[in-house]
Amino acid sequence: MDLFSTFFNIPVLMQSLPQLMNGLLVTIGIGATSIIAGLIGGLFLAVLRLYAGPVVTALVRGYIDVFRSIPLLVLLIIVYYALPFVGVRLSPFFSAVTALTLVSAAYTAEIFRAGIEAIPKGQFEASAALGLSNRYIMTDVILPQAIRIVIPPLTNNCINVLKDTALASVVAMPDLLKQATQAQALAANPTPLIGAAVIYLILLLPMVRYVAHLEKRFSRGRS
Amino acid sequence: MKAPLIKISNLRKTYGQFTALHGIDLEIAQGEVLCVVGPSGSGKSTLIRCINHLEAFEDGSEITVDGIPVRPGPDLDQVRAEVGMVFQSFNLFPHMTVLRNVMLAPIRVRKMSEADAEKRARDLLEKVGISVQADKYPAPLSGGQQQRVAIARALAMEPRVLLFDEPTSALDPEMVGEVLDVMKKLAGTGVTMVVVTHEMGFARQVADRVLFMDGGAIIEAGTPTEIFDAPKEERTRNFLHAVLDH
Repeated sequence: MDLFSTFFNIPVLMQSLPQLMNGLLVTIGIGATSIIAGLIGGLFLAVLRLYAGPVVTALVRGYIDVFRSIPLLVLLIIVYYALPFVGVRLSPFFSAVTALTLVSAAYTAEIFRAGIEAIPKGQFEASAALGLSNRYIMTDVILPQAIRIVIPPLTNNCINVLKDTALASVVAMPDLLKQATQAQALAANPTPLIGAAVIYLILLLPMVRYVAHLEKRFSRGRS
Repeated sequence: MKAPLIKISNLRKTYGQFTALHGIDLEIAQGEVLCVVGPSGSGKSTLIRCINHLEAFEDGSEITVDGIPVRPGPDLDQVRAEVGMVFQSFNLFPHMTVLRNVMLAPIRVRKMSEADAEKRARDLLEKVGISVQADKYPAPLSGGQQQRVAIARALAMEPRVLLFDEPTSALDPEMVGEVLDVMKKLAGTGVTMVVVTHEMGFARQVADRVLFMDGGAIIEAGTPTEIFDAPKEERTRNFLHAVLDH
C-alpha cells in the first residue's frame, strides 16, 4: 500500500466526510458556546477584580490563578467523571462547555483587565468629573476603548478554545476528532484523521492570520 | 460678597509622608472668578481636584458645594454634575465624535433627549468656534481646538462651577490665546470659575481674586492689583519675580 492511498484515500475520505461534518458542527457548537460564556464571565470577573472590595478581589484573583494553572484535560475529566459522585451529572456537551468556559473566563478576565488598565487615567477622571455613574463610565467611555485594545488577544483566546474542544472527545463527545477516530477505525485507514486535521486548519488558519494582521495594525499605532 | 458657593475648611491631603495640602480654608462666592497661581508642586491642582473629589482628602477636612458635602457616596455624582472640569490634557473621549463628546453627559446624567442634547451641543460648539468640526473625531484637531471642545463638554452640563486645571499648559504657544479668549468670555457670564494657571496676564485681567499658593498652603490672596502690584509676602514676590521678569 503506497503512502498516498494510506493517508489521502479519496474514497475513504468521501465516505467519512458526512460524519466529519457532523463532528465539525459539534466542535463549533462547543467552541462557540464556551467562547461566548467565557467572554461574559471574563468581563464580569475583570470588573470585579478591579473594582470590588478586597475580599471579592482576592477571591477573583484566586479563581483566575487556579483556572489558569489547572490542565484543561484534568478539569474536564473531573467535571465528567468525578462530579457524578456528588450528584452532579453533566452531559458530555455540558461537561466540555463547563470546563472550557471556566478556563476561558479566567484567561479572558486577565485580557479585559489589561485592556481596562491600559486606558489613560484621564478618561476615568474626565467621565467622573462630568457626573457619569460608574456604570456609564464603564459602558460608554472605558469599555468601548478597552475592547479595541483587547480584540487581538481575545481572538487568540478564541483560537485556543476552539483547539481545546478536541479534548471533549475523551468524554465521548462526538466532536470532529472523535468522529475522525471512529471513521478511521471503521475504514481501517487513517485518511479521516488527515481530513479532520485539514478541517481544523481551514477553520483556524484564517483566525491566526487575522490576529497577525490585527497585531501588525495595532503596533503601527492607534486608529 | 455674596453667599459662598464653595466652602473649604481645614482641607488636608497627604501622599504617604508627603503633605500636599496643609489644612486649607477657603470660600468661593457664587459667580466669582478665582485664579490660583504658584510654583509647581505647590498643591494648587490638588486643591481644585479635591473640590470634585477626583482626589480623596483626609478625615476632618470638609468641602461643600452649594451646601452639598463632597464625599464618596450617592451625593457625589450630583456634586460633579454641578462642577465642570477642564483638564490640562483635554481628556476628550477619542472613540466619540466631537459632538458626541459634548452630548454624552447631558443625555446620561441630565436624562436629556438626543435632540435637545444635540441642539445644546451644537450651540456650545458654535460658541467656542468648533462647529465645523462637530462630526469629526478629536484626534485630528489641534490642541487648542480640543481644549475648546473640552470646555464645551463641561458647559453642556450647565454647571454652577467650572474648574480649570492648567488648561493652557499643554498647548503650543500660538494656541494659548484662543483658549484664553473662550475663558474670558465665560468669565463674563456669571459662572463661578476656579482657574489654576501660569498665565499671569489672564489672571490679572480676568480674576476677581488671585490666590498664591506655595508648599501646600495659601500664602496670600487678594485682588489682582494687590497680588501683582503690591504683594505682601516675600514668597509671592519671589515667585512673581521669577515668572514675570525675564
